[in-house]
Amino acid sequence: MIKTVDLHKSFDTKDGKLHVLKGVNEHIAKGEVVSIIGPSGGGKSTFLRCLNLLEIPDSGQIFFEGTEITDKNIDINIHRQKMGMVFQHFNVFPHLSVLNNITLAPVMTGKKSQAEAIEMAESLLARIGLLEKKDEYPRKLSGGQKQRLAIVRALAMEPDVMLFDEPTSALDPEMVGEVLDVIKGLVKTGMTCVIVTHEMGFCREVSNRILFMDGGIIAEAGKPDEIMLHPQNPRTKDFLSKVLY
Amino acid sequence: MTYFKNIWKIITQYGDVFFITGVSNTLLLAVITVGFGVIIGLALYFARKSRFSVLRGIGTSVVGVIRGTPMLLQLYVGYFLVPKMLPFFNPTPFISVAIALCINSGCYVSEIFRSGIQAVDPGQTEAARSLGLTSRQTMQKIVLPQAIKNILPALGNEFIMIVKDTSLASTFFIGEVMTSYAIVKGQTYLTFECLTIVAIIYFVLTFILTKVLGLFERRLQAND
Repeated sequence: MIKTVDLHKSFDTKDGKLHVLKGVNEHIAKGEVVSIIGPSGGGKSTFLRCLNLLEIPDSGQIFFEGTEITDKNIDINIHRQKMGMVFQHFNVFPHLSVLNNITLAPVMTGKKSQAEAIEMAESLLARIGLLEKKDEYPRKLSGGQKQRLAIVRALAMEPDVMLFDEPTSALDPEMVGEVLDVIKGLVKTGMTCVIVTHEMGFCREVSNRILFMDGGIIAEAGKPDEIMLHPQNPRTKDFLSKVLY
Repeated sequence: MTYFKNIWKIITQYGDVFFITGVSNTLLLAVITVGFGVIIGLALYFARKSRFSVLRGIGTSVVGVIRGTPMLLQLYVGYFLVPKMLPFFNPTPFISVAIALCINSGCYVSEIFRSGIQAVDPGQTEAARSLGLTSRQTMQKIVLPQAIKNILPALGNEFIMIVKDTSLASTFFIGEVMTSYAIVKGQTYLTFECLTIVAIIYFVLTFILTKVLGLFERRLQAND
C-alpha cells in the first residue's frame, strides 16, 4: 500500500545541515499495523510526515496505492484524502464546533453532502462517546477527548491508511488509555495503520510489525515479540533497556 | 473666563467649519483610507507571500520604502506626483493626498495581516492539508478565521492612528478638521481656543471608534 525507496531528508539548521533520513526503504502492506519506535531525533516523525508529504523528501520515491506521490505532477490533495493523520498536539480546529471539525473536510472536498457528512459525523461521535458534545467547541474538551475527536475527524474522510504521530505523547497519563482504546478499535476493523509511539506495551499488543529507527535509517524491523524480546541490533537493545523496566 | 467665552463664540460663529466641513472631511478621508488600506494591505500581503519572485520583490520594497520614509513626505509626493501620473483623471488635491494615505496605511495593514496569520499555529495548517484540503481552502476556512482574532485589535489601533494621521493632510488645505483650525485661527487669531476645539473633536472621534471596536472584539470572542 505504501512503499518508500531510498528516502533522504535533511533540514537546514543554524549549525548547518541536519541529515534526518538517510535512505529509508520500507513497504507497508494493506491491513498491516506498523509501529515505529526509537530514540528522539532518530527520524521517526519525519519519516511518517514524509508519507503524506507534509515534509517533502530531498530525494527518493514514495508510492501510495501504486502511484508515485513524490512525482511533481500529481495532485497530492487527492491522495492525502486517502491518508488520515493524527498529530501529537491534536490540532483540532478551535473555531469550529465538534461536529463541524468532522464535517468540514468531507464537505469541502466534495466527498459528501452536508446532510451525509452530519449523519456520518454523528455516528462517528457516537462510536467514541462524544455525541452529546457535538455542538461544543474544542476548548471545552479534555486532551483525551480532543485526540479522539482528531481521530474521527480523519476517519470521516474514509481513508485507506491512518498515520499516527505520537498520538498519546501530549496527554495526561489518565487519558492515554481512552485514546489507545479508540486506536485498538480501529485496528480491529482492519484499517492499515502506521503508528509512531513511545507506548511499548501498546505497540507490542496491536502491531503486526515494529520498526526501530535510529540515526535516520530503519535499524531493525520485525515481529513485536522478536524486537521486544530478542533484539539483534545493539542500538535496539540499548534503547529497549532504557524504556522497558 | 474669556477663554471659555471665546470658545463658545467660535463654536457659534464657525461651528459649521469645524463640525460639518471639518468632521465630514476627516471622516471621509479616514473611511477611504481604512477601506482601501485593508484592500491594499491584503494585496501586499499576498504579493509578499507569492510564488513569483517579482511580486515578492515589489511587495517587499514597497513596504520597506513606505515604512522607512516619513508620512508627510509621502503626502507631498502624492500631492505633486499623482496629478502628473493620472492627468486624464484630473484628481483633486483631496484625492491625491487620499491615495498617498491609502498606500501608507496599506503597508502597515499588510504587516498586521502578516503577524496575525503567522501567529496561527502551523499545526492547524498541517491538520487541514492532511485532510486533503487545498492551500486556498485551508487559508479560507482554517487560518483566516483564526487570524482575524489576532488581527482585529491591531487593525483597530491602525484605524485610530489613521483618524489622527489625516491631520497631516491639512498641509494641503483639503478641508479636514485641522484645515478648519487653520481657517478659523486665521480669521479670529484665537489660536489656543481653536486648538482646544480640534483636540476635543479628535478625542471624541477616536473614543467612539475605540468603543465600537471593543464591541466587535467582544462579539468575536463570544462565539468560540
